[in-house]
Amino acid sequence: MTTSTRVIDTDVAIVGGGIMGASAALALRRKGVSVVLLERDLCGSRSSGVNYGGVRRQGRPVSQLPLAQRAHQVWANLPALIGTDGEYQRSGHFKIGRSEADMASLEKYAEVSRDFDLGIQLISGATLRERCPWLGGRAMGGSLCPDDGQANPRLVSPAFALAARRAGAQILERTPMTSVEHDGKLFTVRSGTAVTVRAPVLINCAGAWAGALAAQFGEAVPIHSGHPAMAVTEPLPFFMHWSLGVEGGGIYCRQVARGNLVLGGGAGVALDADRARSERSAIATLAVQAVELLPQLKNAHFIRTWSGTEGYLPDRQPVLGKSHTTPGLIHGFGFAGAGFQIGPGVGEVLAELALDGRSTTPIAAFAIERFLPTTVAEVASTAAAH
Amino acid sequence: MIAPTLQPVIVGAGPAGIRAAQTLVAHGVRPVVMDESARGGGQIYRRPPAHFARSAQTLYGTEAHRATALHSTLDGLYAHIDYQPNSLVWNAQGGQLDVLHGPTQTTRTVPYGQLIVASGATDRVLPVPGWTLPGVYTLGGAQVALKFQGCTIGRNVVLMGTGPLLYLVAYQYAKAGAQAGVKVAAVLDTARFADQLAALPGMLTQPSVLAKGLYYVGWLRAHGVAVHTGVRPVRVEGETRVNAVVWSDGRSEHSVPCDAVGFGYALRSETQLADLLGCRFAWAPMHRAQLPERDSAGRTSVPGVYLAGDGAGIMGADAAEWAGERAALALLADHGVKVDAARAAELESKLTKLMPFRQGLERAFPFPTDWAVNAPDALVVCRCENITAGELRACARDAGADEMNRLKALTRVGMGRCQGRMCGVAAAEILAQATGKPVELVGRLRGQAPIKPIPIHLQAQAAGAASATAEHTA
Repeated sequence: MTTSTRVIDTDVAIVGGGIMGASAALALRRKGVSVVLLERDLCGSRSSGVNYGGVRRQGRPVSQLPLAQRAHQVWANLPALIGTDGEYQRSGHFKIGRSEADMASLEKYAEVSRDFDLGIQLISGATLRERCPWLGGRAMGGSLCPDDGQANPRLVSPAFALAARRAGAQILERTPMTSVEHDGKLFTVRSGTAVTVRAPVLINCAGAWAGALAAQFGEAVPIHSGHPAMAVTEPLPFFMHWSLGVEGGGIYCRQVARGNLVLGGGAGVALDADRARSERSAIATLAVQAVELLPQLKNAHFIRTWSGTEGYLPDRQPVLGKSHTTPGLIHGFGFAGAGFQIGPGVGEVLAELALDGRSTTPIAAFAIERFLPTTVAEVASTAAAH
Repeated sequence: MIAPTLQPVIVGAGPAGIRAAQTLVAHGVRPVVMDESARGGGQIYRRPPAHFARSAQTLYGTEAHRATALHSTLDGLYAHIDYQPNSLVWNAQGGQLDVLHGPTQTTRTVPYGQLIVASGATDRVLPVPGWTLPGVYTLGGAQVALKFQGCTIGRNVVLMGTGPLLYLVAYQYAKAGAQAGVKVAAVLDTARFADQLAALPGMLTQPSVLAKGLYYVGWLRAHGVAVHTGVRPVRVEGETRVNAVVWSDGRSEHSVPCDAVGFGYALRSETQLADLLGCRFAWAPMHRAQLPERDSAGRTSVPGVYLAGDGAGIMGADAAEWAGERAALALLADHGVKVDAARAAELESKLTKLMPFRQGLERAFPFPTDWAVNAPDALVVCRCENITAGELRACARDAGADEMNRLKALTRVGMGRCQGRMCGVAAAEILAQATGKPVELVGRLRGQAPIKPIPIHLQAQAAGAASATAEHTA
């Protein structure tokens, strides 16, 4: 069979069709920029589509809050933007404290995040018992962020890609990037002999697989894969509006309108480079914690478990910003299992970086330079200062 | 001898699993035999609870001697195997099985050296409007009621669909009815009589089996049971439960009053465990299914994992017995045990010789390939999540879903308690129809643990035990 390579010239090429890449594609199209997105599988089929679905600002590092606030505005307009509500609801996110130390920590977070107007309410003791009699005995109080919530990642992430396509982006699914070159002006991204995309700007949203692309341009970062252990119960009578987390980490869970409880916590196990699964001991631990947190789950069943592959950097902060080495290269990866809520904000920031070279949202904390040899970073900052 | 460190494990104590166990024992190997049921025998030779007093002749008819032989083989093996009934294998990971013991609701992790998966089959379900009404069962379910529980699904029963089980169940119900006052209101076969005629040459390779099939049909007709072929099911009617079945002969619609329906379109293999074990799958045209690959001896793509019986492809009970024995011989030979090569060859030959008959069955009872075209948009395909054919088609059309896992993610089809075990076949047919793709190109739902729902609390016990151990060692 003879094949001819499809060559596409575009303003911006994006590698990776998760929520970051897809929302960037949509944001760029809304600015009238031509976009080609390459996704090796189906958009939203990896961590963007299989995560817990928490749409949570509370508990994020303060450095992420400007981004989270920006995303919060996008979430508010979700149906108009992507044509579906994605089961998004501002159901409230409640972080449980189980000790005085936990409560102090929650109080401190409310304090340090005060400038961002998250509307956090500390709830303790009798009030908590009254408001949620379904909570297990170990919860002594907690912190509620009423406008945080939850959504269905299976629906939201692919919907961003579909919306981008409707807005004119070329979304090429099942099109893995096999090579990328930069001649100083243009990137040439190839998917075998099938597709060649040429663009002056390349956005790296390849998630857990983004490290190789960055390394090729001299920006090797210590990214590693993580695999959340996830499980869902059969539908139960609806009793819980809040999405729950626990101070200090561990279990998190939410109940969807259909009645199922989605639970996460602990680590899954990688089957190979691409696939992961909830691991048996993680499921068992999750079950123990679930019953402790919500005693009425005692008689429920798990009907499905799953996992995905997420990119983690050592400080659990993403890499988001312009390449340090290569003009036109922009990174947006490594969201450490917490990218779903900020994804739509990241997309807008990436679009700004592609178009204006800078973002109106502070992202300095996520610069890739933080992982580069100090000397290089110093040289760069010295150069910038002059 | 097999290295004594780890016992082989057999999952399933039906015809394949029992013969596999017998073969291992005959070679001095003591296997673990896990079975989800309380009593071994599998589906076709399902045994009633111990205190039920019904003769094998009553329960199994012409298959009584086969059933009895298999049961007594298992009974004779108890001292030589570690038999674990009521044990659902719900997960497989890292050379270990997770097993739920039903009566105590506890789970344990069982390591294995080698594994023979004989997981059997369930009905292949193609929904018809009204199929979620109380009183509608699968053919297999109708048969389980009769054999295991000694009751019928109703007093005036329509049996519908296609496949050998259709006539077997009809015969069994009509026969049971003679004593219990149960009537078979109609047998509605989607296959045409012409299909059966065309299939005769292939079927003649197993004349005794063919004779049985013809006997059932003849017996039914002789006893005044209405048998219609070339039928298209239109809908099941009823308010709070089924009260009639409407079918079409292509020209006009007919209504049969009834109080219960058993329906099914042959069987589908239970392949989830093979999937979790990492076995490679491929499209099997005759079975119209994605099935785990295996060689003629039952070896899968995963070293140490063998398949036998209907769980690897629907071949029937006799073939299951041969395949079980063959897989056990392969397992033994692969681990240095000397086995009877002539017997192994004979078993493979028997299995090969069955193929023309098996293909004949497919011709006699063809899969209704027009089912998806005729399925109305309002038809509920996934009853756990209440997903209709129209929603699936809309997803294919509007969201571009062209693959089963994407369809599942976007619509929830196969996301309920059955995890696609019941609705997966029908959803694939609808997706193929909606995308204009052949059904083999829409893929298959990925297996995800647990294979069947497991109680959370049981998990809690297991973890409690694990942490107690950890504390002890620390």
